[in-house]
Amino acid sequence: MAKHQTPLLDQLETGPWPSFVSDIKQEAAHRAANPDGVDYQVPVDCPDDLLGVLELSFKDKETHWKHGGIVGVFGYGGGVIGRYCDQPEMFPGVAHFHTVRLAQPSGKYYTADYLRGIMDIWDMRGSGLTNMHGSTGDIVLLGTTTPQLEEIFFDVTHKMNTDLGGSGGNLRTPADCLGQSRCEFACYDTQDLCHTLTNDYQDELHRPAFPYKFKFKFDGCPNGCVASIARSDFSVIGTWKDDIRIDQDRVKAYVAGEFKPGGGSHSGRDWGKFDIVKEVVDRCPTGCMSYDGAKLSIDNANCTRCMHCINTMPAAVKIGLETGTSILLGAKAPILDGAQMSSLLVPFVVVEKPYDEIKEVIENIWDWWMEEGKNRERVGETMKRLSFQKLLEVTNIKAMPQHVKEPRSNPYIFFKEEEVPGGFAHDEAGYRQRHMR
Amino acid sequence: MAFISSGYNPDKPMENRITDIGPRNFEEFYPPVIKKNKGAWDYHEIVKPGVLKHVGLSGDVVYTVRVGGARLMSVTHIREICEIAEKHCGGHLRFTTRNNIEFMVETEAALDALTADLASRKFAGGSFKFPIGGTGACVSNIVHTQGYVHCHTPATDASGPVKAVMDDMFEYFQSMTLPAMVRISLACCLNMCGAVHCSDIGIVGIHRKPPIVEHDRLDNICEVPLAISACPTGAIKPAKVEIDGKKVNSVAVNASRCMYCGNCYTMCPAMPLASGEGDGIVLMVGGKVSNRISMPKFSKVVVAFIPNEPPRWPTLTKMVKQIVEVYAKEARKYERLGEWAERIGWEKFFELCDLEFTHHCIDDFRDPAYYTWRQSTQFKFTKHIEA
Repeated sequence: MAKHQTPLLDQLETGPWPSFVSDIKQEAAHRAANPDGVDYQVPVDCPDDLLGVLELSFKDKETHWKHGGIVGVFGYGGGVIGRYCDQPEMFPGVAHFHTVRLAQPSGKYYTADYLRGIMDIWDMRGSGLTNMHGSTGDIVLLGTTTPQLEEIFFDVTHKMNTDLGGSGGNLRTPADCLGQSRCEFACYDTQDLCHTLTNDYQDELHRPAFPYKFKFKFDGCPNGCVASIARSDFSVIGTWKDDIRIDQDRVKAYVAGEFKPGGGSHSGRDWGKFDIVKEVVDRCPTGCMSYDGAKLSIDNANCTRCMHCINTMPAAVKIGLETGTSILLGAKAPILDGAQMSSLLVPFVVVEKPYDEIKEVIENIWDWWMEEGKNRERVGETMKRLSFQKLLEVTNIKAMPQHVKEPRSNPYIFFKEEEVPGGFAHDEAGYRQRHMR
Repeated sequence: MAFISSGYNPDKPMENRITDIGPRNFEEFYPPVIKKNKGAWDYHEIVKPGVLKHVGLSGDVVYTVRVGGARLMSVTHIREICEIAEKHCGGHLRFTTRNNIEFMVETEAALDALTADLASRKFAGGSFKFPIGGTGACVSNIVHTQGYVHCHTPATDASGPVKAVMDDMFEYFQSMTLPAMVRISLACCLNMCGAVHCSDIGIVGIHRKPPIVEHDRLDNICEVPLAISACPTGAIKPAKVEIDGKKVNSVAVNASRCMYCGNCYTMCPAMPLASGEGDGIVLMVGGKVSNRISMPKFSKVVVAFIPNEPPRWPTLTKMVKQIVEVYAKEARKYERLGEWAERIGWEKFFELCDLEFTHHCIDDFRDPAYYTWRQSTQFKFTKHIEA
């Protein structure tokens, strides 16, 4: 018997998509029955009360969580999002309902053993509810009480060899696409770079020392499966420098219909017979491709590596062999002065262990932003305020046309004093000798 | 409920403390076929909706079955996922960047057994536990946020609207009939956690009323300068207010400059602004993150306000479906929603999708707003221009 009536939420149990309401009810029933005899460390009816407070929010169309909440574990300045219900008497099971962010393995591969280990801890010490996963990448353990935080941290570090993720003005939990583990487009080992940098910068992740949050994300190619260009301050996006490899026999096989375009991505609808000219050559954004009826050619010097031809004929058209990555900087959501995507900073760098060249770029940016960034100013906003030129200066990168989509159209140009013959000082007397007042 | 210690000693909190160990190494979790063929994949195919086949240069094959996940899930559900992985996949599985779940097997026989098992599992209420889909030119899972389940600043819920929209989009999750993938994301306030600013369709919670100012406690619980600098439009200034004959420091909000972003409340608990009747949803369209053909794009506001209608948000779901259906009918193969809208022109987009254009959609935020107006005589005559 459910603890609260939930007529509104009950309507979200119908329909085909997996119902979070049915799942929470299932957990509530499981805890009530407690078949494994777990000694629950937070109220048994915590999931019931979550449904109760959510039902109230559906009725009021307003949230019922109090503002903020500052909790955590000793030694760290982040990792736990504190939360308290604003109707604790009505819903005591969620009076405390803190979220614990756990560091996820790169690429989010798991074994059942590992997940069971985490779930056993959470079953006993938390609500039994999770998010798999948070937008930034963390395993999110949703809902526990303050006294359990150190216990959970002790358990996950000692039993599961797993740390907390990040929150606050610091390096947040980095995330990546699955990279070379299961994709032929991956230009570098996103998982290893993600894992290595996460470990190298543990201090920056656990102890907030930045003006504001800072995120890393690692995409293996410009398809952007982890959306680094939009969702990370420091976006690492794989690419290549040499020629796209073409297997002409397989191109013929695509034309003949033996391979499906896009690996079959559009097979639910009749788009007609694959037309390589219409679907690939003519859609190329730079027009650098041609097909003479038998052979596909690419003028690689004019290719911008957008991935369209490779995406469309993955068996026949392949990334180059001289691979590396581009680095872009500054993506953020709108608050405060507008949304930004990351802007191209390093067009190409080879990705090689121990990744010193990439780390040098990161650390130069941090040195600058930690000094110059204002309180709660994302690095993208610091770039806008202090200029892209300043960013190039602090990262020791030479300006090049690839840094802009187009040159400036206003003529309000700053020069460095040393660029101007004679410097900024005028010969005032000489000026007036040539020009009478 | 008796307290059970983990071994942590609160009297000596720093003793035995392990820190800075980070996540577990990904290599510990690779299925053997992944470990063996990593970095040596030849090509892939989508065998059918939700099922991928990757072929290695070695000739090895791995089949992946992608299933929808509600993201918010219970320990019981995760244990069921583990049980499936143990039964069919040697105990291995992974999650995607859109919060779907992927199970991998090496043979067609194993694939058939796995898909049959997954398709047979339902919750007590009748919804599928593990619907197969989310590949190719489809509507995959909705990247979303906390909503009324956990957050203190939302203007709408997350889990509820996502379930309602995905029920309506379900046929598109389980098929590959669209011109290109359609990414839908939801954020419950304009902090825009997640991906709404760069999605084909973005659903964002907004407020429409300036904050309440709790003068009696503001100075005690807020850093006034932080609240002032939190405002993108400079609507907040410091103020002295008299309460019960006592002068207190507080702030004043210029209602005509406030656009209800809620960032001051993020910084100052004495400035709440949630309102059942005021709050609702903005619909944005046309964003993308990939560099395929065109550069990445921001999504643009096309519907300035849709009321919150729990539990199923019918106006929202109807509009999303309408946009997806018109796009599906009109766009060319490989054309993302934003590419299509830009090709035909936004006036045509509004006409075809039968969306009312209102003044709210015209940018008025600082200098860049000018660049969104039309400095050209190039436009199409649509029903919006009266004779």
